[in-house]
Amino acid sequence: MKTQIISTLILMAASPAIACESTTFGDLSIANPWSRATIGAGRPAVFYVAITNDGASDDALVAISTPAAGRPMLHETTVTDGVASMPHAMSIPLPAGQTVQLAPGGYHGMLMGLTAALKEGETFPVTLTFEVAGDVTVNAEVLSLRVEGPDCETDGQ
Amino acid sequence: MRNRRAVILGIGGGLGALAFTLGLGWWRSSGAVSSSADLLPVPISEMDFDLISHGGERVRPADWIGRPTMVFFGFTWCPDVCPTTLSDISGWLDDLGPDADRLNVSLITVDPERDSPEVLADYLSHFDPRIVGLTGTLSEIGRAASGFRARFEKVPREDDYTMDHTAGVFLFRADGRFASIIDYHEDRRFAVPKIRRAMQ
Repeated sequence: MKTQIISTLILMAASPAIACESTTFGDLSIANPWSRATIGAGRPAVFYVAITNDGASDDALVAISTPAAGRPMLHETTVTDGVASMPHAMSIPLPAGQTVQLAPGGYHGMLMGLTAALKEGETFPVTLTFEVAGDVTVNAEVLSLRVEGPDCETDGQ
Repeated sequence: MRNRRAVILGIGGGLGALAFTLGLGWWRSSGAVSSSADLLPVPISEMDFDLISHGGERVRPADWIGRPTMVFFGFTWCPDVCPTTLSDISGWLDDLGPDADRLNVSLITVDPERDSPEVLADYLSHFDPRIVGLTGTLSEIGRAASGFRARFEKVPREDDYTMDHTAGVFLFRADGRFASIIDYHEDRRFAVPKIRRAMQ
């Protein structure tokens, strides 16, 4: 929602702690939003986050949007008979009382049509659209291409 | 099929089982009944391909014989599986320490259309420098994949495309015999011991 007002990508120096932050939005808790640096703007980028539904009813993540990319989508990496593919995910279920990870090798945001290369240390806003709870915007931190997640003490990994 | 795969993976760590799982798709798509030996990657000495490294050097199977070999199929436009696996491989090489210098480690691209040697060099500069990127003509990549019993497929997407590809990491002994596969969703703690076994 609010991100639509932001016409250009906001870049700021980020401390590593940003990817370890958690945002509470109603019954939802949104933690560890991060991405990987890209080489140039031609390749797709990723968006990872952990979402906990502390409410009594189910919700679902149905879309993401960001000024950083023209075609952001939800995808899921699946491995069948050893072969990895990345089908489009129309909706990511968030059952009541559970945490769902968008993480390497599973559900993830796929950011196609980057407006600029993502550089390590930058942050960019991502608006998450939930079926029930509506829209909320979080800042994702761009980490190195060579990491598997933010190094947080409380990320439950 | 899914149940069988789940049971096989549930056993966990069975090298033959993992290879079997990987080979199953090959067996199904070929429509032929194969013996289990046909489902495993062939020894490197029986492979036949002619590729070019990200440094511009010609690489053929014989170049790998004499050192244990670790191979992953991927592509540099791949946002999720490939950086994750290359990060994993970089971490394993760190864990192995100087012993890792005795390994051939290669990423074979399944997307030679975009992954030129220069593109691979740029991409791999972000990972452990011992990982060698290999590319070549589509037919040579196909010949390489068939020796590994690996599969890949171009998947069109709007104005773009992505690649489905075998995601396991293949391990071979120094004499070229197939050792094992580190499956993509396998517990990563098993990886370094598997590599060490292939190096014995």
